Amino acid sequence: MALLQISEPGLSPAPHEHRLAVGIDLGTTNSLVATVRNGISVVLNDENGRALLPSVVRYLADGSTRVGEAAQTVQSEDPANTIISVKRFMGRGLSDIGGVNGLPYRFVDAPGMVQLRTVAGVKSPVEVSAEILKVLRARAEAALGGSLTGAVITVPAYFDDAQRQATKDAAKLAGLNVLRLLNEPTAAAIAYGLDNAAEGLYAVYDLGGGTFDISILKLSRGVFEVLAANGNSALGGDDFDHRIYCWLLEKNGLSALGASDTRLLLTRARAAKEELTEHAETRVTAILQSGEAIDTVLARQDFHDMSQNLVARTLQPMRRALRDAGLKVEDIKGVVMVGGATRMPQVQRAVAEFFGQAPLTNLDPDKVVALGAAIQANVLAGNRGGDDWLLLDVIPLSLGIETMGGLSEKIIPRNSTIPTARAQDFTTFRDGQTAMSIHVVQGERELVSDCRSLAKFELRGIPPMVAGAARIRITFQVDADGLLNVSARELGSGVEAAITVKPSYGLSDTEITRMLQDSSQYAQDDMQLRTLREHQVEARQLLEAVQNALEQDGTELLDETEQTRIRGSMDELRALLQTDDHHAIKRAITRLNDATTAFAQARMDKSVSRALGGRKLTDLEI
Amino acid sequence: MSAPDFQQDFFQLLGLPQNFRLDNALLEQHYHALQEQVHPDKFSHLSEAERRVSMQWATRVNEAYQTLSNPAMRARYLLSLRGIDIQDENNTAMPAEFLMEQMEWREAIEEARQARDAAGLDKLEARLQHDMYGLETQLAARIDDSRDYVEAAGDVRKLRFMEKLAQEIASALDAIDTD
Ligand SMILES: Nc1ncnc2c1ncn2[C@@H]1O[C@H](COP(=O)(O)OP(=O)(O)OP(=O)(O)O)[C@@H](O)[C@H]1O
Ligand SMILES: [Mg+2]
Repeated sequence: MALLQISEPGLSPAPHEHRLAVGIDLGTTNSLVATVRNGISVVLNDENGRALLPSVVRYLADGSTRVGEAAQTVQSEDPANTIISVKRFMGRGLSDIGGVNGLPYRFVDAPGMVQLRTVAGVKSPVEVSAEILKVLRARAEAALGGSLTGAVITVPAYFDDAQRQATKDAAKLAGLNVLRLLNEPTAAAIAYGLDNAAEGLYAVYDLGGGTFDISILKLSRGVFEVLAANGNSALGGDDFDHRIYCWLLEKNGLSALGASDTRLLLTRARAAKEELTEHAETRVTAILQSGEAIDTVLARQDFHDMSQNLVARTLQPMRRALRDAGLKVEDIKGVVMVGGATRMPQVQRAVAEFFGQAPLTNLDPDKVVALGAAIQANVLAGNRGGDDWLLLDVIPLSLGIETMGGLSEKIIPRNSTIPTARAQDFTTFRDGQTAMSIHVVQGERELVSDCRSLAKFELRGIPPMVAGAARIRITFQVDADGLLNVSARELGSGVEAAITVKPSYGLSDTEITRMLQDSSQYAQDDMQLRTLREHQVEARQLLEAVQNALEQDGTELLDETEQTRIRGSMDELRALLQTDDHHAIKRAITRLNDATTAFAQARMDKSVSRALGGRKLTDLEI
Repeated sequence: MSAPDFQQDFFQLLGLPQNFRLDNALLEQHYHALQEQVHPDKFSHLSEAERRVSMQWATRVNEAYQTLSNPAMRARYLLSLRGIDIQDENNTAMPAEFLMEQMEWREAIEEARQARDAAGLDKLEARLQHDMYGLETQLAARIDDSRDYVEAAGDVRKLRFMEKLAQEIASALDAIDTD
């Protein structure tokens, strides 16, 4: 047997070695982790051979947690401290969440995002999600025998900025380096497309436990181009369970059940739903706290009738996505089914009817998202496989700013390919005005009050001028994760107004640090060491990247002085790596990055001009 | 934080001649070839400087592709390169006949929306597409052949009006679809 190479914990493997990267599907119901091994994407199982980790977290009075199966089996015993489907609360305020009254949690209405009071203290959905991610991270590190370079975390395509930011924060809190947030249907398309060498227009229909996505993609010669995405981030298998649950209450003349009975019946409802996928009828039995016994038979047809309008609610986003893509159903070559809830026969039938063709079900709907994410993670970590491909994704919901009268003016329309940016100029309203406030919203509706408020920020330090004379250029940049960044500049004076838009619901780096410190796992010393390790890893990767760049293009693109300057910064950083001063290392990293900016631009210019076959563009006929 | 100095116009960037008539397949092919080089996915394991430059370039390439793949935007951009501002922001001097037609379109769309007539809206859309296509053909002749930029600017303004109608049809269809 070949000896396994295991690197020292916290250190990245030596240059050119395989970097450990994973894809994580952080699902409403189930979460899983996958990686690329010997060129093949595989799901990593737990020590009992199970791939799916139930997305359930139980908090105990001593501050410890149980995650997965262990928490799931006791959920009706301790419903208030056992959090299920936490994904539905990510980036959501109390008023955004439907049906909170039926839920057994003690909600705390915090600004931006709701929180939950547990025996172990008040927890934000970000912290709960981080517990799930920590388990998957540990699973991956045990299986791969080293610490991870990074992870791709998947999110529903229809997640807005708040939900994406919350997911990214959760990953950071779990100690993961987020290589990318990837849309779930896109991940599925990668796994499916690469596996089947698919070409043409495809739809991905993803109905999971709590979310619904529809994405239309064009696959051509290794390019995965998302044309349109739509969906509903609060529609999934959970809602079908709820229909059965309501039916059970009615059938048995029950009302006002306690929290643990509610959980019990919801669990039974879910089992019944899954049974009906294979069987024409199913029997639901349960013993309530009062001793009352439930024993009811549910027929498939009755279930289909009661859930008919849930299925219908997935059709509207499909029509919209097609319309946005400028396509007709006939144009779609294949429909890929993703998510456990697509196993329901009535869903398959509705999709088949809509597209006039049987959907593709030759892949495991539970795993395909994680498998695709792992393939992406492998590429992003710099482990190049032979086959190169390109992913072009979109932002699912329009971004706008509030204008007079509470209206939203769209600045970046939905389905714009990311990364994308838009600059907008503003001026002052009064003489001598030195500040102005900007409200950024997301959504398709005209009224600001019907859209999701992303950030309100104030721009200060505008030089006093007469009304209308100032020119403030605000740039809205959406990055490849689909996250918004805003910067502002006063054009006349050239003053770069220092604003960082951290949406009101997002966590600041200090908050993340505090949460990390709070969790009993990390003592103060551990934190220091952890930061040091992170900076060391970053420094080594940076040095390697710059070294490679210099070897490739240094002599061609840089003169002697520039090369010396960069090498000087590299030596400085290398020297600091021998110390344990993480502040100094971080500063040296920043300096080296600054020193190489012009070089990076020159390198990019070079590859751009090579891209179109080395033709000189100026030679073209005009 | 300095941005790269983008000297090339969108046509040069995408390796296409500066014409209104366009080889769509070639545009897409070049767009993909460029993103292949500059997309953030290709740089995520590299230095922060390289990641930043990559995002700026990928953003620029997306903007170029978006502009050139849409006929009205392409025409407007092309005319601006030739020094013509189509003044679509503050132009009231549209022909009266055209404005009348616009009103009729609006009424027809509104009527279909009220009646929740999706098939009617689809028909309106098909007719609009047909009209727009006719205008684009005329625009191609005026820009690329006769180089009659003043007339062309008028066509672009009309085209942008029609695009707004197309958006209205789409949002009417969305509204009908909302349960
Ligand atoms: N055989 C089956 N028949 C019907 N439903 C099923 C079946 N198997 C799984 N499900 C349902 O699928 C849902 C879970 O699917 P999945 O694991 O894909 O969701 P998820 O990824 O956790 O959620 P999301 O993608 O919405 O965040 C649950 O509602 C579950 O009951
Ligand atoms: Mg899922």
